[in-house]
Amino acid sequence: MKPVSGDRWRGVAERSWRPAALLAACLVIWHLITVTGLVEAYLVPSPGKTFDLLVDKWSYLWGHTWVTTYETILGFVVAGVLGVLMAVAMVYSRTIESTAYPVLLFAQVIPKIAIAPLFVVWLGFGFEPKVVVAVLMAFFPVVISTVTGLKSVDAEMLELAATMGGGPVKTFAKIRFPAALPHLFAGLKVAITLAVTGAVVGEFVGSNEGLGYVILQANGNMDTPMLFAGLIVISVVGILLFLLLELAEQLMLPWHSSRRGAAVTTLLAKGGS
Amino acid sequence: MTGTLNATAAVEIDNVAVRFHSKRTEVTAIEQVSLDVAPGEFVSIVGPSGCGKSTLLKLVSGLLKPSAGSVTLLGEQVRGPRHDIGFVFQRAALLEWRSARKNILLQAEMRGMNSAEAGKRADELIEMTGLSGFENALPHELSGGMQQRVALCRALLHQPRVLLMDEPFGALDALTREQMNVELHRVWRETGTTVLLVTHSIAESVYLANRVIVLTQRPAVVKEVIEVDLPDERDYSATMARPEFATATAHIRDLLGAVTGHD
Repeated sequence: MKPVSGDRWRGVAERSWRPAALLAACLVIWHLITVTGLVEAYLVPSPGKTFDLLVDKWSYLWGHTWVTTYETILGFVVAGVLGVLMAVAMVYSRTIESTAYPVLLFAQVIPKIAIAPLFVVWLGFGFEPKVVVAVLMAFFPVVISTVTGLKSVDAEMLELAATMGGGPVKTFAKIRFPAALPHLFAGLKVAITLAVTGAVVGEFVGSNEGLGYVILQANGNMDTPMLFAGLIVISVVGILLFLLLELAEQLMLPWHSSRRGAAVTTLLAKGGS
Repeated sequence: MTGTLNATAAVEIDNVAVRFHSKRTEVTAIEQVSLDVAPGEFVSIVGPSGCGKSTLLKLVSGLLKPSAGSVTLLGEQVRGPRHDIGFVFQRAALLEWRSARKNILLQAEMRGMNSAEAGKRADELIEMTGLSGFENALPHELSGGMQQRVALCRALLHQPRVLLMDEPFGALDALTREQMNVELHRVWRETGTTVLLVTHSIAESVYLANRVIVLTQRPAVVKEVIEVDLPDERDYSATMARPEFATATAHIRDLLGAVTGHD
């Protein structure tokens, strides 16, 4: 059933050439736009110029990348832990669910970018307000997906557990939580991309470091190559964090049936299946 | 086998009624049912669809409380979920991330049984039900029949004195079902467990049981109790060919036809 390594890499190649081709096409179009002078060079820098800048200013960018990544991961972890705890409380208590759910929804529809300045006022210009925005953005999908997952457990399985007499803690640990993991991971994957956005939004509002700051500075200086470089680095950070979660999911849930259908993003972690 | 002495009955259902309430209406699932099952006895319960057969098993296991009457299991009145039973549902209800063997051992883990003993017992059951070679397969790699065998092993792991089965073979194809019947019969003979089996198959109900309880349409009452006059040693084809088997199945079919108004 498991492909041998030659097949494995062929599988990776087969699934990655289409997105790679699309990406290449986009780069070509970008390049053509700049060389034909369709758009002024100070508005859209050429891919080559952007790449050169990425290499030249690497150490400068690296420091800011690290700041944003740190804020993102911290916000994501806090949101993950709080989100799962919240979901567990909501699933086990109808009172908590009916009380907290409307408030959660209300909090979710408030645009985070609109309240981000408030956190700067409260918490200053350090990393804290960025983490708070990241947490706020990543929290909701974790709660919703975990609640769905914990409720997805077969009613008969829970009845069976009742006749086995393991009590609620064992039922949670051995049946409910593992059954919820596929849903939880789906939520975490959405959450990590939102956490990146949250961190950058936090940096936009008030900071002197991070990729959000780099982009804002570049914008102010009309330094479009730097602006594009910043965007590229942010995207790469988001994609890498996402793939890391995919990998964790595949290591932890090899049994999960949706894994049997290949997604675009599975190409790095595993060959065929 | 009919257990006239209440004190010795494994299961004693005494005048139970079950009513379900919804917003405006009240549905009576079970009107008034009394039934005694002797230790080691195999009792099948048949009846029209939706008549409350499964409800009866939930009462015995304590997963559901009766609106009236009482249920006594192994000499103790049922007041909440009971742990001294084994339960098999129509769907195997296996944990998809656990292998066959680990699914069976869930029973032991939940109960905090000694793991070495439980492992030994699981291996015996795997052997007995023909699961050898599939211990490490995940549920999705097993056929429906195999999955149901795993569910049966899990239900028997803690050596319960009463086994409750709710249409355990309802989702299997006819051939697999016959095979499972033969195996269940053998397992019952080897373990001496009291079995309450809810089924839609008349042949299955007669082949396996000492007695067949025929329920009426909802609200369910006991229509008739049929004593199955067959030897304990039951070869499948030979049993099917016996005149007593034909008489019993024909009689039950008539009773069910009468209660459902078909035929």
